[in-house]
Amino acid sequence: MAIEDDVLVIGGGLAGATAALAAAEEGAQVRLVSYKQSTLRHASGLIDVLGYTPAGEGPLVDPFDALEGLPDGHPYERVGSEAVREALEFFDDIAGDAYDGAHTDANALVPTHGGTVKPTARYPASTAEGLASDDRDTLLVGFETLPDFEAPLAAAHLEAAGAPFAARGVTVRFPGLVRDDAKVTRYAHLLDHDEAVTTAAGETTARDALAETVRGHLEDETRVGFPAILGDDHAAEVRADLGDRLGVDVFEVPMGPPSLPGMRLEDLLYDALQEAGVRVTTGVPVVDYETDGDATRIDRVVVDRHGAEVPHRADQYVLATGGLVGKGVESERERVFEPIFDCHVPHASDRYEWFVDDVFGDQPYARFGLPVDRELRPLDAGDEPEFSNLRAAGAVLGGYDFAAEKSGSGVSLATGYVAGRRAGAEGGE
Amino acid sequence: MSDAEQPTDDGVPGDDEFEPIQVFPEAEDMDLRPGADDCYKCSTCDTNCPVAEVDDEFPGPKFQGPEQWRLKRQDDQDIDDSVMKCSNCMRCDSACPSDVPLSQMHNTARGEYVEEQMDKFSREYVRNRILANYRRLAPLGSMFPRTTNFVMGLSATQWLGEKVLGITGEREFPEFATETFREWWTKRGGAQVQNEDKRIAYFHGCYSNYNTPEVGKALVRVYEELGYEIMVPDQHCSGTPMFANGMLEDARRSAETNVRELGAAIEDGADIVASCSSCSMSLRQEYPELFDFEGTEAVAANTWDAVEYLRVHEDLEGELEGTSVGDEFENFAYHAPCHARNQGLDGQTMEVLAPIDGVEARDVGDSCSGISGTYGWKAENYETSMKIGDEMFDHMEEADAETGLTECPTCSMQMEHGTGYEITHTLEVLEAALVGSTEADSQ
Repeated sequence: MAIEDDVLVIGGGLAGATAALAAAEEGAQVRLVSYKQSTLRHASGLIDVLGYTPAGEGPLVDPFDALEGLPDGHPYERVGSEAVREALEFFDDIAGDAYDGAHTDANALVPTHGGTVKPTARYPASTAEGLASDDRDTLLVGFETLPDFEAPLAAAHLEAAGAPFAARGVTVRFPGLVRDDAKVTRYAHLLDHDEAVTTAAGETTARDALAETVRGHLEDETRVGFPAILGDDHAAEVRADLGDRLGVDVFEVPMGPPSLPGMRLEDLLYDALQEAGVRVTTGVPVVDYETDGDATRIDRVVVDRHGAEVPHRADQYVLATGGLVGKGVESERERVFEPIFDCHVPHASDRYEWFVDDVFGDQPYARFGLPVDRELRPLDAGDEPEFSNLRAAGAVLGGYDFAAEKSGSGVSLATGYVAGRRAGAEGGE
Repeated sequence: MSDAEQPTDDGVPGDDEFEPIQVFPEAEDMDLRPGADDCYKCSTCDTNCPVAEVDDEFPGPKFQGPEQWRLKRQDDQDIDDSVMKCSNCMRCDSACPSDVPLSQMHNTARGEYVEEQMDKFSREYVRNRILANYRRLAPLGSMFPRTTNFVMGLSATQWLGEKVLGITGEREFPEFATETFREWWTKRGGAQVQNEDKRIAYFHGCYSNYNTPEVGKALVRVYEELGYEIMVPDQHCSGTPMFANGMLEDARRSAETNVRELGAAIEDGADIVASCSSCSMSLRQEYPELFDFEGTEAVAANTWDAVEYLRVHEDLEGELEGTSVGDEFENFAYHAPCHARNQGLDGQTMEVLAPIDGVEARDVGDSCSGISGTYGWKAENYETSMKIGDEMFDHMEEADAETGLTECPTCSMQMEHGTGYEITHTLEVLEAALVGSTEADSQ
């Protein structure tokens, strides 16, 4: 016996979760298998669609304007701009109040922890009060024990970048923490549970103590930005509480990994998966596959459970294992490959052509990934589908540079949505 | 060729079988350097550590694993004593996007700390040794179970345990069953089904033998109902509490017995199944990581979780379709133990119970219960353990159920301790559905 479902999605990030949800909406019985925890914990939590064109033009005001001009083989070109819109609507339904930005096609400009601004299509509600297009003066608060966010430097950067407001940064000691290298989850937990803390002024609670610490630094700013550590399970409550105590609007500045907004997005998606009846299996890798006589159709995949090999069978498969970071695409000295199905990954045979010397230049390796047809089926070297019942989504796809284009989440959403929809429709038959 | 690839040892001329690992003088010991080098400091592990989230003193898995491993390669560097605050939940393993063997590093560091730095006459060492070697004491307790339960339940005993040994007085000791699983097994005359083609060897572990034999009996009845011949080989503790306490030599002795006995069962055509998720985790992952007895890999590759085995080898969903259970199994708040989660078994119970009529189970989320075996029994960890457990208690109370469900004995202690709910094992529900509980009682 194998463990059986209609659709099997391999990979648990934004693309995999979206594919699983879209397939479930088609009425299919869906399973999502994810090896390690998704790299959503590395993600900013921002849902960008396209911030810059592949030629480097931008920041773009309206990403949809630019979608039509993308080169052949770009994932957006494969699925078409209408699918991008549908995928965003699909996301908006899942996210509900947790995300803003659905009211307009235009990109929002969200300040980052380095003081740059990122063009993005949807942003967590926690960052809403901080948008760079808003002209209210801003106080940024950093913590001595959190070196990833240097508030005075970020404020100076914002001003230098031409933000239409005055920005000031201060660095304070986070009350109640004794470790210099406490984990971001420790900060969040203290605020979530409003734990008792001891400060110079005596015993109080974490939220009170933090508001008290910041109050003295506040001049005429009407909004205050903190690094994104303001709670995990009760983030909205923490933010509102701090705002009430300080009498200003409070927002979060997205941080580098590990990122709480990324974790909250992960929770949001996994709650939706549970709600949709998707079966989720985590902690174990898919290591192999078998075809059923006909070599163009995947019959089953093999999941390795610490040595025991557990067969999983489905009618349709979606590969959403990520790119070089998520290890959906891997490289050795002589080759670049996709480790589960060994799908074709185009790359130069000479590895010195995989990169250019300018670190920030147009790096060929950034576009490594699977070429696909308009159904998102991976193509072999002869441009024929590798398998009739395998589709790919997200960063495992080639032909785009998400870091330069700021298009990672949008591509994951759009391709996950399309791959999931099609797999669900065919698998549920 | 870079320096790292230069063989520095006396390579025999003409011997071109070069292995990079030989570069390092300590290559005969466990060499975790390749794993440490895979860490790119993304800190994802740190955000998954339930201890670091509530305890200011704990520097987190990234430090305990790759960073400490590098530090301790220096001769003048001791193991940091914070390693004893790691609860061995192993969540960091499945968090790491880069396959760094974090729990293996923690286990070896803890072993080295206990071996080289801990005073063998200290209260802490004696207490840890007692907790880790529960399997050695349990036979004494279960010889006179009623007396033991009475004595262990006395507040004076608890007070003494806390004052003398540092075992928290907040918890109630688990009761010893009046008849152990093995006694019951012998009394019923062993296996009642013979089947050359379908044969399993049951690794019951300590807890279902001495404390909850009903779980072991449920397994036997379910498997026999489906036509399996069951073997119950001699066995020792799986080693989980020993790893967590740095008692690697004790663990090695236990593992040796288990690998030998279970290996013999595999030779007899059996697969190994376990009803406790920490036991199966230990046999599958920790043994091959830490030991290299002959047969370790074979035992790992042929060991299964008891429910998982049936899902793959039987049409369990079909068998359960249309079955029903009594109202004592109506509503459950289900908690997936960390060690089940790490084996990809987190969703299993919910899936398996779905086709049974009358069972409603609600998953209370991915929080850790916080007890982590012997961890939450130590007086100095009790508060941390309860703080970690808070989220699970809250979610259990929010769920519309007053019975808990889990596959881990210590998780179930914590669930009961934090909420007062009765806790059941998935196998007991399967038994009720497939065999019927009244019939089972009279057997």
